[in-house]
Amino acid sequence: MNDNPQMELDFHDIVTDPNLSRREFLKALGGGIIIFFCIGDSSVLEAQRRGRGYPEDFNAYLRIGPDGRVTCFTGKIEQGQGAITSLPQMLADEMDISPDMVDMVMGDTAQCPRDMGTFGSMTTRFFGPPLRAAGAEARKVLIELAAEQLQAPQERLATENGVVFDKENKDKKVTYADLAKGKTIERHAKEKPPVKDPSAFKVMNKPFLRRDSREKVTGKAQYAGDIRLPDMLYAKILRPPAHGAKLKRVDTSAAEKMEGVSVVRDGDFVAVLHKSPDGAAAALARIDSEFDVPAATVDDKTIFEHLLKNAGPENVRAQDGQLEEGEKQAETVVEQTYLDGYKAHAAIETHTALAQVEGSKATVWASTQTPFPLKDQIANALGFKPDDVRVITPFVGGGFGGKSAGQQAIEAARLAKAAGKPVQVMWGRDEEFFYDTFRPAAVVKIKSGITKEGKLALWDYHVYFAGDRGAAQFYDIPHHRTSSVGSAFGGGPSPHPFATGAWRAPANNTNSFARESQIDIMAAKAKMDPIEFRLKNLRDERPIRTLKAAAEKFGWKPAPAPSGRGLGVAVGIDSDTFVAQIAEVEVDKRTGKVRVKRIVCAQDMGLVINPEGAAIQVEGCITMGLGYALTEDIHFKGGMILDRNFETYELPRFSSLPKIETVLLDLPNEASHGGGEPAIITVGAVIANAIHDATGARLLQLPMTPDRVRKAIAAIA
Amino acid sequence: MGVIVYSKPVTGKGVHMAETIAFTLNGQPVTITTDGQRPLLWVLRTDLGLTGTKFACGQSICGACTVLVDNKAVRSCVHPVRNVAGREVRTIEGLSTNGELHPLQKAFVEHDALQCGFCTPGMILAAYSLLQENPEPTREEIIEGMDQNLCRCGAHTRIIDAIQDAAAQMKGGKA
Repeated sequence: MNDNPQMELDFHDIVTDPNLSRREFLKALGGGIIIFFCIGDSSVLEAQRRGRGYPEDFNAYLRIGPDGRVTCFTGKIEQGQGAITSLPQMLADEMDISPDMVDMVMGDTAQCPRDMGTFGSMTTRFFGPPLRAAGAEARKVLIELAAEQLQAPQERLATENGVVFDKENKDKKVTYADLAKGKTIERHAKEKPPVKDPSAFKVMNKPFLRRDSREKVTGKAQYAGDIRLPDMLYAKILRPPAHGAKLKRVDTSAAEKMEGVSVVRDGDFVAVLHKSPDGAAAALARIDSEFDVPAATVDDKTIFEHLLKNAGPENVRAQDGQLEEGEKQAETVVEQTYLDGYKAHAAIETHTALAQVEGSKATVWASTQTPFPLKDQIANALGFKPDDVRVITPFVGGGFGGKSAGQQAIEAARLAKAAGKPVQVMWGRDEEFFYDTFRPAAVVKIKSGITKEGKLALWDYHVYFAGDRGAAQFYDIPHHRTSSVGSAFGGGPSPHPFATGAWRAPANNTNSFARESQIDIMAAKAKMDPIEFRLKNLRDERPIRTLKAAAEKFGWKPAPAPSGRGLGVAVGIDSDTFVAQIAEVEVDKRTGKVRVKRIVCAQDMGLVINPEGAAIQVEGCITMGLGYALTEDIHFKGGMILDRNFETYELPRFSSLPKIETVLLDLPNEASHGGGEPAIITVGAVIANAIHDATGARLLQLPMTPDRVRKAIAAIA
Repeated sequence: MGVIVYSKPVTGKGVHMAETIAFTLNGQPVTITTDGQRPLLWVLRTDLGLTGTKFACGQSICGACTVLVDNKAVRSCVHPVRNVAGREVRTIEGLSTNGELHPLQKAFVEHDALQCGFCTPGMILAAYSLLQENPEPTREEIIEGMDQNLCRCGAHTRIIDAIQDAAAQMKGGKA
């Protein structure tokens, strides 16, 4: 662990002239060695092939300054997931420097390579390889420069701790700082230089503490709401009481009379501005308005019926064999329907942005996971050229998919343009719960069958409105079909009464809950231990080794469920990472309250850059998973959201936490897979299966509230 | 319709009824003239420029806005600034001394007891208040004492470990 005093400014927003173009900015950095990289080359063909939208033009990935410090430019943002620590680890090994020598510039559209956004557990998987290649290229350039300076052939030179030296005469050496001093070298790497072999890693695959902790424990870390500009104003915006409501009448005269208050009106968009946020809130309270609210036709209880009624055509995502044949082979066939309600992202930081408009140019500091797409949206909203808008992303106070939507930044930009002064928009918690792009409510229907020998023979899977991710099963089933109905979010008409969007491991939480619950039902029908049943029905080596690792760590003793022990198992795959979890729960049969006592999680995620960071992500996933599994559900009536704060929307708390044990399979020679999302996908199923093992009752709807658990227990009594 | 902006110029009276409030902030005397009913949170963040104290729920539910008033945790989002007159207010910016981190801050760093960091100032100050009242809490007492502070990233078990560790450090005579 690198527990030495941490660099305070390793994450900087170099706020100079906000209107500089990227190239101009790099020049303004004042020389050094700058490595441009084109992510479209062969080194990152995979990212390209998957259409991840990485740039095909040359972008600066890093710069070695005259002080020998290395600046890493990335369009990725830091929302707590730890890229601010893992990316420097990569550069440190490729360049033979200490990670403390790396400064990060993240999510600044004027400086960083274009990037679609920080989501989908893609930073390590897809940005990692070209960054490592850029680091290797930088090391190559340094050796070339040193060969000239030291009058020694390149083959004889080696690098260590920021120094190039002659292997035959260690006193013959030159520091990176000296090589970069007084020079401006731009290197456009077209081909992938060789990167370090895992056997040579000194920093990667070793646990490192977060690099941003010092700023975060002292209050110095700046989030979008902490940026201050001279003469800035704070906005509060008039909101409708329900989605779909239309503004019928508004009287802003009382607010207009308040001193220091500006009222901005642009059609139905009505906002008040004041030099303090509470002043703006007081002015908003003086606005008299009336909305036409459409009659509610659906609520959180009728939503599932509504979704099924509005289901469009099926898209088959995977299939093999003949379902009829599978049904013939099966001795036992089970049909089941699973339900999942809407969930909020509920990051502790609400959506926030500060916008400054000068002439035809805008700079916006935003809490966003997608600075580059947001830049284009803001330009579009203001009628500016995309290159005249710069989005800067300070630390983000949690995203989980919710900050891929940047409505608040567009609002701030519109208001700043209207007011002619910088304007901050910081959503209140009620706005956050209203405009959130919720995880979609969904229905899954499964028909599955097993043979006399306990082999899965039939799998007919239909998911409605959750999305595809994680829908396709990975068991060895001869006759199977997986189909998906309706879009989860984005594009086309939607039967959802409000916006839905990507929520940590989108669709996969719902799909894994349904699949692994159904697998458990089949195991119980076969009277087999749930792990033995899965192992018998798996052929892919990866889930097998992952499940075995979890079982070993847990100290699993086989028994068919319900054993009364309260133990559950679930397996899943997300972002190319296999995850296996085992949970131990205690169920109060009288109240229906579930206490999760222990969760063991094993992950097959390839090369782990920072095992400490990966373990933290597992813990975060499991904790967040407890929420959707047990307590979190959005209650609504038509377009009216009834949960508007944490009082009724219950997040997991300290008292909810089980003991969490993480096993990361040691696979340093494999490519890195995703780490920010996989461990959340199985939490619903692993708890449902443990509840069944404890009580014999099967929970088919998330969240598994005490009321639902009690009813499920009563149903089997 | 185009964009319409109505503004009433500032004449010094503002939207608030002003009163003068004096208190100690991170060891320094402060006097402000403002409406005493304003939440302490916004006075700290806006008027006094201390942005380490965070807004998150606005209703005293989550604890992100926690500050210390006379060494006791207070939810600044609903705490009228008038109520701190004559008292000692400490925010996260005032916890370390001369660049030396407080044992709680150190323990949070060493245990990686944070991710996004947004709830962290409130967590640390709530823990500070807890340890003032109970310098040797059991794990269960820490869970009970911290249960009304919310974290979405899931740093909970590490936060508990950090508080236990800091308690041991502080007992050894530090801070």
